[in-house]
Amino acid sequence: MTGTLFFVVLPYVCLAIFVLGHVWRYRYDKFGWTTRSSQLYERRLLRIGSPLFHFGILLVAAGHIGGLLIPESWTEAIGVSETAYHAVAVSLGTVAGFCTLAGAAILIYRRRTVGPVFSATTRNDKVMYVLLIGTILLGLGTTILGNLTGHPHDYRLTVSPWFRSIFYFQPDPDLIQAAPIGFRLHATAAFILFAFWPFSRLVHVFSAPLGYLTRPYIVYRSRDPRLGNRPAKRGWERVQ
Amino acid sequence: MRVMAQMAMVMNLDKCIGCHTCSVTCKQAWTNRSGVEYVWFNNVETRPGQGYPRRYEDQEQWKGGWTLNRRGRLALKGGGRLKKLFSIFSNPKLPAIADYYEPWTYDYETLTNAPLQEHTPVARPKSLLTGENTKITWSANWDDNLGGSPDHGDKDVLLKSIADKVKFEFEQTFMFYLPRICEHCLNPSCAASCPSGAIYKRAEDGIVLVDQDRCRGWRMCVSGCPYKKVYFNHRTGKAEKCTFCFPRIEVGIPTVCSETCVGRLRYIGLMLYDADRVLEAASVPADQDLYEAQRKVFLDPADPAVVAAAEKAGIPRDWIEAAQRSPVYALINKFKVALPLHPEYRTMPMVWYIPPLSPVVDIVRDTGYDAEDRGNLFAAIEALRIPIDYLAQLFTAGDAGPVDATLRRLAAMRSYMRDINLGRDPDEAIPAAVGMTGEQIYDMYRLLALAKYDERYVIPPAHAEQAHSLEELATECSLDYEGGPGMGGSGPFGESSGGSVPIAVENFHMLVERQTSDTIVDPGDKELRVNLLNWDGKGKPEGLFPPRKDES
Repeated sequence: MTGTLFFVVLPYVCLAIFVLGHVWRYRYDKFGWTTRSSQLYERRLLRIGSPLFHFGILLVAAGHIGGLLIPESWTEAIGVSETAYHAVAVSLGTVAGFCTLAGAAILIYRRRTVGPVFSATTRNDKVMYVLLIGTILLGLGTTILGNLTGHPHDYRLTVSPWFRSIFYFQPDPDLIQAAPIGFRLHATAAFILFAFWPFSRLVHVFSAPLGYLTRPYIVYRSRDPRLGNRPAKRGWERVQ
Repeated sequence: MRVMAQMAMVMNLDKCIGCHTCSVTCKQAWTNRSGVEYVWFNNVETRPGQGYPRRYEDQEQWKGGWTLNRRGRLALKGGGRLKKLFSIFSNPKLPAIADYYEPWTYDYETLTNAPLQEHTPVARPKSLLTGENTKITWSANWDDNLGGSPDHGDKDVLLKSIADKVKFEFEQTFMFYLPRICEHCLNPSCAASCPSGAIYKRAEDGIVLVDQDRCRGWRMCVSGCPYKKVYFNHRTGKAEKCTFCFPRIEVGIPTVCSETCVGRLRYIGLMLYDADRVLEAASVPADQDLYEAQRKVFLDPADPAVVAAAEKAGIPRDWIEAAQRSPVYALINKFKVALPLHPEYRTMPMVWYIPPLSPVVDIVRDTGYDAEDRGNLFAAIEALRIPIDYLAQLFTAGDAGPVDATLRRLAAMRSYMRDINLGRDPDEAIPAAVGMTGEQIYDMYRLLALAKYDERYVIPPAHAEQAHSLEELATECSLDYEGGPGMGGSGPFGESSGGSVPIAVENFHMLVERQTSDTIVDPGDKELRVNLLNWDGKGKPEGLFPPRKDES
């Protein structure tokens, strides 16, 4: 019962909010869609903390995509044994995780101690920080504890199939129920974070400016079709 | 030939008295909101001086604008696309608030509610970033009128090469004012630096704007602009810049800074240019050739071939006629007295300046000689290398030639016109000495000294059939836009989130909010701010004084 609630209902609700929330936010609030950078206030700490955190979390995200979406049978089919995979994943993952955490620690210290940055912090930001850091801590903690006790859990046989089953629309909560409590808490926290995501500053993840690599340097835009900055009224549209 | 039209401005520095009216009216019109307290779309700098933000001209430090790479091709000085994306998490070349100044207000409330005491209560300065008490150490025009220049005058970037010659001693110094707005460049490096593609150049009139809905706050434009005229709104997290008052320009009225200029030193007009030749002109190898190269990009609007090409490019007939009457074209290409600001940044700036003759005139007059006499003035231009080298650093990448020629033309106009004013026979040798005719000198004099409003500002409005939906006309109901009335307050995601609001409506609400709020600063809530500048002195706006106890 709790399994169904936490690992079937919650993921679907959160994913629905995640997708629809982004669509709604993009339509309703393009102006609020920004990184809300505080570099203008302080740059010494940001210079270290921000790249550390961002590059760290990009690596962590890449690791999660690999670990969750690629079935164990596939990696074994190309001759990567579970032990080898695990060794690489744990070492890279721990380094990336610690970079992320160290970066986040610097950024939070900065946010609390630098006056202007602190006063520019909204309640929304604080909730986001709790969810994000909580999720990172749970994930990193689970990995480290599992490996310290000597017999790490192979999440690719439990958590990953469950995660994929959500997207097949054949959710199987029993799979993840077999994983240690740390994994289950991490997954739950992550889904709650996903539900909050579209309403926080985290939306800036989806505006990664990759188009910059291909567009011409100077953008020309015609005043049409929206003169001034309001759309033409019905019956007043321009004659083409 | 691909003809495009560009709204451009020329400022006559001889007439600038440094009153900052342009800055103040611009601020009231565009940046009187929280988050942009430190933002001056228009500012007036005293030269020699550091400028705003401090030492913005030092491109070895800030890496703004363009440069030629090893293969001689034009490249962003701050690095190309990949480098920008890799440094996106912490922009290495962003000026900090300390390079501008920490915005502040005063605790005016103490003046009204302090208890009876021996000493007069004082309004302490409060930081607008933190709300805490602060100490004012710098501002947007701290070194106004060379204030403090014995201490920090040598920090002027342009003095690097001529520092040993410039003395900041009172009797030997020279000084002039430099009003600056966004240059609305033909080759804008801010737009090229924007990862999101939010900064664009309007195809119709060349005005460079930031699409607030597409800006994601990566701040690369601030670093990319060598003039540091794109600012970061630290509350909304979006870039903002001078808009050339496009809602006014669209209906044919000049920008706020020009309209309110006390010295009437600004000229606005249309320039036609060949868009195909911009890149080539911006890539000429020698910095000192950039002024001439840019001048050659402009097209002569009287040339029938140009007119035909412009019509083919879809430029309306009345715009072509406006380009023919353009005072800006006359000053740049006909009389050749206007020069671009820092052409060496290779952005092809479109706000040009007539260099000031007054430092020269002042010195001649102070030495007791006749400051209207051609011989004296020409000799002085010859002798006063320091002001001229300084002007050349500003306007021609250090080439004294064009500055010298410009000042000679202005000096010739002075002496030639004096003869006419005194009823003497005009001396045709004077215009001949600077390669002009008496007729041309007189035309130039008309434009520089007499030109009325409609000669200084030749602004073809955007087309009448579109006018009903232009920003400032508001013939439609001004509250009739998506989302309807009831604008006011923040959206759920921080300041001003939600759909965009017509500017006129937004400004109106800002004003009402300001006038009806009564506390000084609370960064969590933008409505709590009192701004006495918005009070016209009539009546007692609600919120000017705190509510009486018995009222509340």
